[in-house]
Amino acid sequence: MNWGAEIAKAVLAAVGMFTFLAIVAAMFGVLLERKIGGWIQSRLGPKHVGPQGVLQTLADTLKLLQKENVTPRAADALIFNTAPLVVATAGLMGWLVIPFGKIGETVLVVRDLNIGILFFAAMASMTVIGILAGGWASNNKYSLLGALRSASQMISYELPMGMALVAVAMEAGTLSTVGIVRAQDGWMGSFVFRQFPAFVIFMIAAVAEVNRIPFDLPEAESELVAGYISEYSGMRFSLFMLGEYAEMFAMAAMTTTLFLGGWKGPLLPPLVWFFLKMYLVVFFMMWVRWTFPRFRLDQLLNLSWKVLLPAGLIWILISGYRITF
Amino acid sequence: MGTLAAFLILSAVTLIPAVVVVTSKNIVRSALALVPTFLGITGLYILLQAEFVAGIQVLIYAGAITVLILFVIMLTEGGTGIRIRQVNEQVAVGVLASATLAALLIWVFLRTPWPRGPGALPEHTADQIGKTLLSSMVLVFEVTSLVLLISLIGAIIIARRER
Repeated sequence: MNWGAEIAKAVLAAVGMFTFLAIVAAMFGVLLERKIGGWIQSRLGPKHVGPQGVLQTLADTLKLLQKENVTPRAADALIFNTAPLVVATAGLMGWLVIPFGKIGETVLVVRDLNIGILFFAAMASMTVIGILAGGWASNNKYSLLGALRSASQMISYELPMGMALVAVAMEAGTLSTVGIVRAQDGWMGSFVFRQFPAFVIFMIAAVAEVNRIPFDLPEAESELVAGYISEYSGMRFSLFMLGEYAEMFAMAAMTTTLFLGGWKGPLLPPLVWFFLKMYLVVFFMMWVRWTFPRFRLDQLLNLSWKVLLPAGLIWILISGYRITF
Repeated sequence: MGTLAAFLILSAVTLIPAVVVVTSKNIVRSALALVPTFLGITGLYILLQAEFVAGIQVLIYAGAITVLILFVIMLTEGGTGIRIRQVNEQVAVGVLASATLAALLIWVFLRTPWPRGPGALPEHTADQIGKTLLSSMVLVFEVTSLVLLISLIGAIIIARRER
């Protein structure tokens, strides 16, 4: 193995991925969010920068890049400054195993790991470390409360999500994401039909994992200022945001891969199909965000432990029975 | 050459934060330093081509156990401030205990005749692990889950007593 070439390839893939996500997920995602939010609430959304406000996020990004990074005097500076990097990196790492499409016979994926969805779940679980560290290091009670809420929420929803992943892996007979896409043949073969309960559980857990409304208690602005990001400013704030949106788009891409047949579809090229499906899921998540009110913490935890987890276990049992007999 | 370099780097990534874990004056910093240690061990697993164990290592240890430790620290009264300091009055005893253990382990490792046969690695370790767990190791597996269940019930009983 040529180590120099491998390292160069890894660095190039990382830079490419980061640029792609910063543009497609974070910048375009924020614009989309504001436009869709405006549309749902019968207002216009951003309108002034560029035609129909399409350059608004670009302007916001430039503004955030120029802003001063403030580290509070009472904060634990080292951990305070590292935490956003952890969140952003964890958000990016999940994308390594997502197959974007197919050109000829080559599947467009950074690495087709044979533990694909396990890797994805592991990376999603790393985000919480960054959030907890950032919230604690801010030395602010609102930050700490937000971080603790986030930790309990993400730990609780990792389990039902794992159950959904197990059910899909059982149906496909592999942990590799490319293998799972290949296992879904034709329209009715998509796992959204054969694994519908797993799909529902995965979607609910995905919205909870990325801390979005109705599960956005970690940053409930009416009670906690901004939760764990209260003390962050400038680029560190945008790194948190980038991580969050990268994670959200990764969840949408994973839903596409696991349940909607990934890049497969008639007529249009695979890449177009993948992005169509991914943005459909993203739109669904935004629709949910602008429609539902926020949960209470006890409702949130009850939903995970008393409804989703037993449902996931029962569904694994049913799937296992169906596959074996 | 590359493998050796990777091993040395991963060992440094594992060991340096491990020293921080035991020497840091701040308990939250100690807990957070566990994360790079676990990730370094993950790298070593990947180097040994045990990718399933590596994934589980990140998911369970780096992602869950550390969060659990942090959670317990932060829910403890007085555990939240970043100015809290801890002092270890048992450095000498600790050094003695760990040095003895290390010497013993090294002695055992050097004396064990490690079998070096030309065995073939399974292509995917995940399904091999699954099959082993549910066939020859099923009793061990079940007993382990029983131990976990007992500790869960114990925790609930302790938590309930306060009411």
